Amino acid sequence: MLRLEKRPNPSRFWLYATPVVAVVLTMVFGGLLFALMGTNPFAVIRTIFWDPLFGEFAFYLRGQLLVKAGPLILIAIGLSLGFRAGIWNIGAEGQYIMGAICGAAVGLAVYPTENRLIFPLMILAGAFGGWAWAMIPAILKTRFNTNEILVSLMLVYVAQTILAKASTGFLKNPEGMGFPGSRNFSGYPAAANPELIAGSGLHWGGVAALIVAVAAWVLLSRHIIGFQIRLSGQAPRAARFHGVNPSRLVVLCMGLSGALAGLAGLFEVTGPAGQISIDFNVGYGFTAIIVAFLGRLNPIGIVLAGVLMALTYVGGEMASTNLRLPAAAIQVFQGMLLFFLLGVDVLTNYRIRMAKGG
Amino acid sequence: MTDERTVLLAVEGITKAYPGVVANSDVTFSIRRGEVHALLGENGAGKSTMVKMMYGLVKPDSGRMTWNGAAYTPGSPGEARSTGVAMVFQHFSLFEALNVAENVALGMENPPPMKELSARIRAVSEEYGLPLDPSRMVGDLSAGERQRVEIIRCLLQDPKLLIMDEPTSVLTPQEVEILFKTLRQLSSEGTAILYISHKLEEIRSLCDAATILRRGKVVGTADPRASTARELAEMMVGATLTPPARRPGEKGKVMLGVSDLSVASPIPFGTSLKNVAFTVAAGEVLGIAGVAGNGQDELLLALSGELKASPDRVRIDDAPVGDLGPIDRRRAGMVSAPEDRLGHAAAPDMSLIENAFLTAQVRKGLTNKGFIDWPATRAYAEAVIKDFDVRTPGAHVAARALSGGNLQKFVVGRELMQAPKVIVINQPTWGVDAAAAASIRQAILDRAAEGAAVVVISQDLDELLEIADRFAVLNEGRLTQPRPVEGLTIDEIGLMMGGAHGMEVAHHAEA
Repeated sequence: MLRLEKRPNPSRFWLYATPVVAVVLTMVFGGLLFALMGTNPFAVIRTIFWDPLFGEFAFYLRGQLLVKAGPLILIAIGLSLGFRAGIWNIGAEGQYIMGAICGAAVGLAVYPTENRLIFPLMILAGAFGGWAWAMIPAILKTRFNTNEILVSLMLVYVAQTILAKASTGFLKNPEGMGFPGSRNFSGYPAAANPELIAGSGLHWGGVAALIVAVAAWVLLSRHIIGFQIRLSGQAPRAARFHGVNPSRLVVLCMGLSGALAGLAGLFEVTGPAGQISIDFNVGYGFTAIIVAFLGRLNPIGIVLAGVLMALTYVGGEMASTNLRLPAAAIQVFQGMLLFFLLGVDVLTNYRIRMAKGG
Repeated sequence: MTDERTVLLAVEGITKAYPGVVANSDVTFSIRRGEVHALLGENGAGKSTMVKMMYGLVKPDSGRMTWNGAAYTPGSPGEARSTGVAMVFQHFSLFEALNVAENVALGMENPPPMKELSARIRAVSEEYGLPLDPSRMVGDLSAGERQRVEIIRCLLQDPKLLIMDEPTSVLTPQEVEILFKTLRQLSSEGTAILYISHKLEEIRSLCDAATILRRGKVVGTADPRASTARELAEMMVGATLTPPARRPGEKGKVMLGVSDLSVASPIPFGTSLKNVAFTVAAGEVLGIAGVAGNGQDELLLALSGELKASPDRVRIDDAPVGDLGPIDRRRAGMVSAPEDRLGHAAAPDMSLIENAFLTAQVRKGLTNKGFIDWPATRAYAEAVIKDFDVRTPGAHVAARALSGGNLQKFVVGRELMQAPKVIVINQPTWGVDAAAAASIRQAILDRAAEGAAVVVISQDLDELLEIADRFAVLNEGRLTQPRPVEGLTIDEIGLMMGGAHGMEVAHHAEA
């Protein structure tokens, strides 16, 4: 019989090995799934993990990697700060939408003025939109002790309703011949977020993601606020003894993650998406939760995890168009990644022992 | 030597090892019918592991036990109970939101109907002088009354052997006396009692025989009535003991003043503080006694700053700090150490370096514009480890990897080495071996001699009488007027502790 035994110290080896093992297990069991569906598993794995980087269309797909990884990393880093403190913001998707709407609204309000301050102003508005949307569950939690998981999640659906209203109503393109959706920012240089290096897929969102990753790493390892975040998650009573004000921490972590999600939304809507439309959001806010855990809630890990997750996105799309796999199969594949990660994660704090008899 | 026929339980060559530690090594002793047998040893000597094996919670690696001459290998507590072994644990396993009878029923294999059970509880409690109302909620009971629930739960099974693990740590002196009467009555009726403790005077007054454990081995047996406490202590510790030396310090100005402090308890079924008032001067040690659960935890929270009040309620060096949190109170000169080491005083999964930062940040200046100076923090952690003899492979080790006593030394050292003006410690030597306890007490007295005002909250009366200048008792959230320790008798202390919570009546009626 197998038995789990708690390690005296967390294993450093498994801390870094678990993501690798989880990816391998996902490939094996994902492959089995694809085989059962009647597709050649090797072709699928190759399409997802190899072709976007080195395949025939890699010149285009590599750019797509950064386009998708940028918002994932930006959101996941914000979420990871809260997760480390035991504050569960599940509603980044809503904050992402609200950031996009606020930022876009500022730009559209002054259309067609050309001024270099417009884009920075929109960035601030985007961060504000996400922050404000995250403040709703934060304040409800600190004032009335509501559950931030439920409130933040439900607010995603409210945000989606507002998004529908925005694209068909108050932000609708007056010259759009009745089609839903706002003006396209690609036609408005002062408010656009273009690709910075042609073909690289890098836009201001990607730059922001890298800056935020470094800042978060410094915060967590060197700054007292990072210490308080980690302490609150690991030992809440010790955190109060140290002098952490739990309410202030909730507001800080929810606010930071909301603002970063809002930023991601703003960069997306002014860049790759181009306009506010009913369905410009593609679930980055939810996928970022997987990215945060896959990256061990560690900023550097999250950067790597964001790129890996982007790979399964880009490759997954390829697989579903080229090999006619249903989108749901790809989502199951991505879900497996989180499942195996959390499963193998046990090995960081426990070792498996063979026990004799019962 | 022992009459084979009267031996109830014999333990022969029992060995039990855990990863990294041998808890029991070749332990042999026997308990006779009707005997009160003491199992004596320091924390970590292997007493608890031994009784867990007797009670079927742990299986020995080798060796054997016999019950009335037949092999005894309990596979579970249920099996042990059906053989006739009952156990009262140090930490109660009671549900506070249920009443006494319901709690008793939960521990039974086939509980009778509630009405019948209540009647039996009443009968047993009267027979043994342990008054208990079966319909009262456990959450409303004192620690002594909760222990009665556990004892009655055992007695209902009509046990042949009753194991009691450190039963007096939660009792007032009067309650201890009454518990002993009950135990003597049981023993005269033929029930054997295995009494686990490190309190020597109790063992000398109660027990017929003693087996002494040190580092998992039997180091001797003794007749407790014929031995002195010092002889027993030296067998237990394996060394001669030196009590801490008092250096009568100069009483200075009042450093900590608490006036009319009332705060609601944040703990479910906790005890709120009611109009607590006292002052402590520089160089003085105030000892606060009381049975567990009478507001000790709340008092520590209110002093450390985790619970806030209006500014004037708490003053450090004349500055009002009642509305300030822990960080600001440290800045004002106060350090504190809560009772619960793992999870409250220290974060289990963090290294000792990070745990040093936890409270030393302000007074040791370990941050610069919010950025943590890790090299300085590591140096401080290493200094604490060195000065307080913390046994650890290094400062990088997680707090939970340390034994309870070593972590306690680290926590106390971390606070005392911050050059504090005011020190508040709850249970400074709980779970620490005698030698380490003596050095912790000495360190506390040294700080007082250097001019710190010290508040020690403890359930160990001997400890308080040893180090305190003045003495007060917390009882149901109220603090008695502090009195000088000199001239206090144990009886007076007992009365300050609220007597025996109505128990004396029962035995007096009997007499």
